Amino acid sequence: MAETATRSLPLSGIHGGSATVRLEPAAPATRIALRVAMEDVGTLSGALGVDLPVRPKTSAFANGRTALWLGPDEWLVIDEGESGLMTAAANSGATHSAADVSHRNTAILVSGPGAADAINAGCSQDLSLEAFPVGACSRTLFGKAEIVLLRTAEDAFRVEVWRSFSDYAFGLLAEGARDAAL
Amino acid sequence: MLLIHCPYCEEDRSELEFRWAGEAHIARPENIAAISDEEFAEFFFLRNNEKGLTYERWRHIHGCGRFFNAARDTVSDRFLLTYKAGLPKQPVPVAEKFAAIAEEKSVETWEQTEGDAR
Ligand SMILES: [Zn+2]
Repeated sequence: MAETATRSLPLSGIHGGSATVRLEPAAPATRIALRVAMEDVGTLSGALGVDLPVRPKTSAFANGRTALWLGPDEWLVIDEGESGLMTAAANSGATHSAADVSHRNTAILVSGPGAADAINAGCSQDLSLEAFPVGACSRTLFGKAEIVLLRTAEDAFRVEVWRSFSDYAFGLLAEGARDAAL
Repeated sequence: MLLIHCPYCEEDRSELEFRWAGEAHIARPENIAAISDEEFAEFFFLRNNEKGLTYERWRHIHGCGRFFNAARDTVSDRFLLTYKAGLPKQPVPVAEKFAAIAEEKSVETWEQTEGDAR
């Protein structure tokens, strides 16, 4: 009988891409879906150690944590290290709603000169650097799956997707990557 | 692709990200238990379903998740205006309205093509 449980990511071991796009699963991360009223944004920002952005389509990064604006009172906060996100939010003392969605989401890292084209194979948003600069983020659709897209560099994106859609998203990205290299 | 301006995201997005959510500016009765069956039917079931300029609720469900209001021409499918939920009914700018009417005239409607054939 096994004595330790091993965590296996939904896309564990998968890899793909093309001559211009690299696709790989992101490392495990802790995530919370956060809802906060405007007057408490400052308090929660202080508690989490990252300023919750209040402008549409923007994100902020500090102390190993990324806060992504999803809506006027809604954020996705991602911590790639050892996290205390839920505890930090709970200790803020301000009214909020935080749901641990670490295992609901998984992420695919898309990079390379064809990265934007590969994503545009299933996403209608303008991913030019003018419309979607580094740090821009948005909840949107990729094919038939809802994703949260974050631009981490000029030629790199993080695609957050619900785990049950991850095979579909990876498959469609792989096709987009092939097309982007043509 | 039809683009819809989300007043919360402050930009045009593909219609794929949105979902229709019925007629706008229908006030829920303050004391719903006190109204008559006829009044309830009027509030709950009956919609105007107007041809032309209508005010509708839309939701940016695959974006910011917000409900908002839109003035839309149901003949041309043109969005004339969108604005945040909670605001009173907004007038449609005149220029937009005339452009919509001009477009309407060039849209092939059932009455134009089939109306006399019955
Ligand atoms: Zn929106």
